[in-house]
Amino acid sequence: MSYLIKGARPYGEDAADILVEDGRIAAVGESLSAAGAEVVDGAGLVALPGLVDLHTHLREPGREDAETVETGSRAAALGGYTAVHAMANTDPVADTAGVVEQVWRLGRDAGLVDVVPVGAVTVGLRGERLAELGAMADSAARVRVFSDDGHCVSDPALMRRALEYVKALDGVVAQHAEEPRLTAGAQMHEGDRSARLGLTGWPAAAEEAIIARDVLLAGHVGARLHVCHVSTSGSVEILRWAKGRGVQVTAEVTPHHLLLTDECAESYDPVFKVNPPLRTDADVEALRVGLAEGVIDAVATDHAPHAVEDKETEWASARPGMLGLEQALSVVVATMVETGLLDWRGVADRMSARPAAIGRLDGHGRRLAPGEPANLLLLDPGTRAAVDPAALASRSRNSPYAGRELPGRVVATFLRGEATVLDGKATR
Amino acid sequence: MKRHLLESADLDRADATLVLDTAAQIDAALAGREVKKLPTLRGRTVVNLFFEDSTRTRISFELAAKRLSADVINFSAKGSSVSKGESLKDTALTLEAMGSDAIVVRHHASGAPHRLATWVRGSVVNAGDGTHEHPTQALLDAYTIRQRLGRLEGVRVAIVGDVLHSRVARSNVRLLATLGAEVTLVAPPTLLPVGVGSWPAEVSYDLDAVLPKADVVMMLRVQAERMNASFFPSAREYSRRYGLDARRMGALGDEAIVMHPGPMNRGMEIAAEVADSVRSTIVEQVGNGVSVRMAVLYLLLGGNEPA
Amino acid sequence: MASSPEPARGDAPSPSALLSAADVTRVVDRMSHQLIERAAASGHAAASDGGLADLVLVGIPTRGAPLARRLAARIEAFAGSPIDVGTVDITLYRDDLRMRGVRTLEETVLPERGIDGRLVVLVDDVLYSGRSVRAALDALRDLGRPRAVQLAVLVDRGHRELPIRADYVGKNLPTSRSQSVKVRLAEVDGVDEVLVTEGPA
Repeated sequence: MSYLIKGARPYGEDAADILVEDGRIAAVGESLSAAGAEVVDGAGLVALPGLVDLHTHLREPGREDAETVETGSRAAALGGYTAVHAMANTDPVADTAGVVEQVWRLGRDAGLVDVVPVGAVTVGLRGERLAELGAMADSAARVRVFSDDGHCVSDPALMRRALEYVKALDGVVAQHAEEPRLTAGAQMHEGDRSARLGLTGWPAAAEEAIIARDVLLAGHVGARLHVCHVSTSGSVEILRWAKGRGVQVTAEVTPHHLLLTDECAESYDPVFKVNPPLRTDADVEALRVGLAEGVIDAVATDHAPHAVEDKETEWASARPGMLGLEQALSVVVATMVETGLLDWRGVADRMSARPAAIGRLDGHGRRLAPGEPANLLLLDPGTRAAVDPAALASRSRNSPYAGRELPGRVVATFLRGEATVLDGKATR
Repeated sequence: MKRHLLESADLDRADATLVLDTAAQIDAALAGREVKKLPTLRGRTVVNLFFEDSTRTRISFELAAKRLSADVINFSAKGSSVSKGESLKDTALTLEAMGSDAIVVRHHASGAPHRLATWVRGSVVNAGDGTHEHPTQALLDAYTIRQRLGRLEGVRVAIVGDVLHSRVARSNVRLLATLGAEVTLVAPPTLLPVGVGSWPAEVSYDLDAVLPKADVVMMLRVQAERMNASFFPSAREYSRRYGLDARRMGALGDEAIVMHPGPMNRGMEIAAEVADSVRSTIVEQVGNGVSVRMAVLYLLLGGNEPA
Repeated sequence: MASSPEPARGDAPSPSALLSAADVTRVVDRMSHQLIERAAASGHAAASDGGLADLVLVGIPTRGAPLARRLAARIEAFAGSPIDVGTVDITLYRDDLRMRGVRTLEETVLPERGIDGRLVVLVDDVLYSGRSVRAALDALRDLGRPRAVQLAVLVDRGHRELPIRADYVGKNLPTSRSQSVKVRLAEVDGVDEVLVTEGPA
């Protein structure tokens, strides 16, 4: 199948035709024609490289009632993604070659995005001893990102060994930065609101202390470190300092931390419960600036589907996490593009090129240029619509954006030249 | 009045005063009577939904509802398989289907009554949620202060103890500020929440400096187990620095009163001779609790169509 | 919430007033005389004070309370003996709370000697459906055991919904249900008058 995309604007710049053939971008130029190619009207649409998510929870195996690799893949494609990293905190945990290969195959069978498994750093995410990182790296899944996400690798000696060990695998440890002794029972950002709402506070220092420790360790052993879901202004400062010193550290921020604050907790509606928690206006501002500056490298969704019974509860009993794949680009448009902090090339860099580089995904995050793999999306940036959780492709409904009007609609997504989304609908 | 009483902030000054005045009228109407029962809420059903043991609060609400002739159902979820939130919703819907007009809820999770209020049509009264609020306790405390001192405006109230974990403190700070009292929180810094600076209250770490200026000293229960998490080094040290003993009571002004929401740890935050002194309002608080809860139930339920 | 009393209108009677201030005074005086006579008739024959020591006037707030005090003052002026007065708030005894909503409670005050074994005369401004009187009777039952209970009203406007009648009526005022009767008393409203207006109360 070949596609001729007429009149879309690559990176939001001058309109051009894009010819997609044999999984690659065959040509970009004016007035292209191709016999037999399906024509896609791209007028008014922005063409961007397919997005890459470093942080997705697909829940399979173990919680297929909340999400499966297939439903999560469909949500990802609808959000403009062509590759997602599937986090390791499944049941069983993705801490062996067997489990990561299972997830990888499920993704390949679904065929909507490239599902790239993340391997657990420690056996069972227990933070006690290293999982067989080499076996996972050598498996068919070719794991390069290792994370105990949901748990912090809090033991400093173990963290040091993990950072050192993955150097041999060209891997990276993606740290969930949370000092567990400072967050026992924590429910929300610790500050004025937590004091009033009587919810146990999650201090910013619990994140910043781990990031500070880990950048020092990474610098000391010369390893790559990636910091998951950075949520505080202090974390941005530490990262800026570390990068200035040449530490090989990268970092991600979630769409929800770019948009929402702890004010959402006032309702006690656990759809807004997430870990790390929603922070203050000042943090949101610092994160946006950090992302614009490049101190924060990437936007990663931390897409965390949860079954209704895990969210329709009192706050303390609810599981933390929120959906993100289908609205991530819209949130970035609202918080970064419409505010003038990033242009479309910036969006492509933070949501495609840099995450692909961090995850060592050769076929993703490439330019929109002839000869490159045809992983791309078409976005209608002018549409604004209120988010309806019932209309989401995810199996879960815990979207924090329910009822909120957001800009931008993904009209089409192509994975290696095949349309996974056309006319805003998944093709399979 | 709003339909629910979930936190002190639900009451503006006029509403709070209405509750206290209504309680006073109910008190007066029932004083000296043989038949301490009013027909006001005949045919209404009040459910006491308690996920946490609290015999005294449950009995107080039960008596209040019964004195207004409501039918009362006590639903204790403690110890049953009901402990997770899905069940909170199911329980709420079940109770509603059975025709409850009001649910009085005590829950170990902050905000549980707020969630409940989104699921039911009847009124929800918060009888204590986690470390958040306990608004009827604050109302009965305000009622007791007004009864003893004749006013609330400008009254200086010291709230002493484990503010961090205290729903009584949160409710009192807000309500007393609404009613014009001046609140000072006294505690070791470890037992004050980060963010306490945004509350309408002064903060002090020094009980002896605060006592001579206080019209009311409200002692909070402090659990000795807190010392295991290093909130303070030992029960003895806590008691020495923040306990109200006979010597400290001597520093109080002539009219000053001593309050405690109960249950007390005698010898920990309060000495026995203080708890039993004429300054102590502890027994009155219990009796006033019934009148105030009658007023709340009347004001919330009296005018509404039954669910 | 309860509707608050109409604001005071000053001393001038409204053009549409059915009873003026002078009328109200005359009516209260006449009722006082009736009360003296009837109390004597119903009291113990041997009582030296004509049975008045037995009498308790219990007003139903809001306007029944000052009305009871006025009647007591006039009886004392005419008969020379002080009369016990009380008030009984019926709000918590009403059966129509669901329709009318909650209202601020008013005082319930009984004379020191109580009401047991005495002649209680309930006093209210307007007798209409009879539901207030029934609520007052329920309240009295919880407060004591009078020898007998009678009812005095300034205005009886008809339309009873219960088998209740007044023993003392200042003025019978036939009305339609679409009208509303407003009694104003100086103690509450700043002026004495009785008005009939179109439109429900």
